[in-house]
Amino acid sequence: MTAQVIGQDDHDPVSNAAFGFWLYIMTDCVLFASIFATFAVLHHNYAGGPTGKDLFNLPEVFAETVFLLISSVAYGFTMLALYRNERGQVLRWLIITALFGLGFIGIEITEFRHLIMAGNGPDRSGFLSAFFTLVGTHGAHVSVGLIWMAVMMFQVMNRGLTIPVKSRLMRLGIFWHFLDVIWICVFTVVYLMGAL
Amino acid sequence: MERQPVDSSGAGRGTLKSYATGFVLSLTLTVLAFGLVMRGALPLPGILFGIIGAAVVQIVVQMHYFLHLDASSSQRWNVMVLVYTVLIIAILVGGTLWIMFNMRDHMMAVSMLTGH
Repeated sequence: MTAQVIGQDDHDPVSNAAFGFWLYIMTDCVLFASIFATFAVLHHNYAGGPTGKDLFNLPEVFAETVFLLISSVAYGFTMLALYRNERGQVLRWLIITALFGLGFIGIEITEFRHLIMAGNGPDRSGFLSAFFTLVGTHGAHVSVGLIWMAVMMFQVMNRGLTIPVKSRLMRLGIFWHFLDVIWICVFTVVYLMGAL
Repeated sequence: MERQPVDSSGAGRGTLKSYATGFVLSLTLTVLAFGLVMRGALPLPGILFGIIGAAVVQIVVQMHYFLHLDASSSQRWNVMVLVYTVLIIAILVGGTLWIMFNMRDHMMAVSMLTGH
């Protein structure tokens, strides 16, 4: 009975795939929620090491945040070009999206490198273990999104805007916007509340 | 049922206006949150309330303007799954914090009594 109710509204495979992908995104939310809970439990376990206030560079985090936001909006422009069926524009906006995403990851890797070189790696304290796990999991998602984006650039170039390519671009869009939403929680809970 | 395959459920269609609105609102909320912490002009509870409020509003803004979730029928299942996920997250995070901080308080009470 339930299947019938769902089925009436969504017959075409593209929207079914999008709904399935949305379900995956929701399970990813639960994954992030459990890592956030772990961080919340461990965030004061400094083991005599540095606190968030000592380590975090807020102007740098602000730059990261703006990069990811611009990237997210640029992906929106990719979708607008896709609706107009303009292949060159889709490609151009995908490249802009990826460049800002790369900028975000670049700043994050630099931050991680500085922390680890100064002896403040994930093995320093419970707080830093939780910090690297949470921020690193988000960073890994963004990196996978960038690889996916590179694959889609080749598909747009070689295959054009076919229905499967459009369907994949739509799902990548859900993934990319979702990562920006998770980042709002990361910069608020980890960096801003940590720097207070 | 004449629908284009790419714009039915899953992700609604955005417009130039929706992305521009979402961008301006998100940027404003981000600047507000960072400004509150970096200037430190308010007392601590005020700052906390401000940044958490700005985060919640920005999540709603991006869900609406970038992911196009709304009350329309094509979005009904997406929103329903989202509401269920929010419930699970509330139980998971709330339950974890409740148990772990309750345990910490009990452990502290014991170590104070025994002197360890």
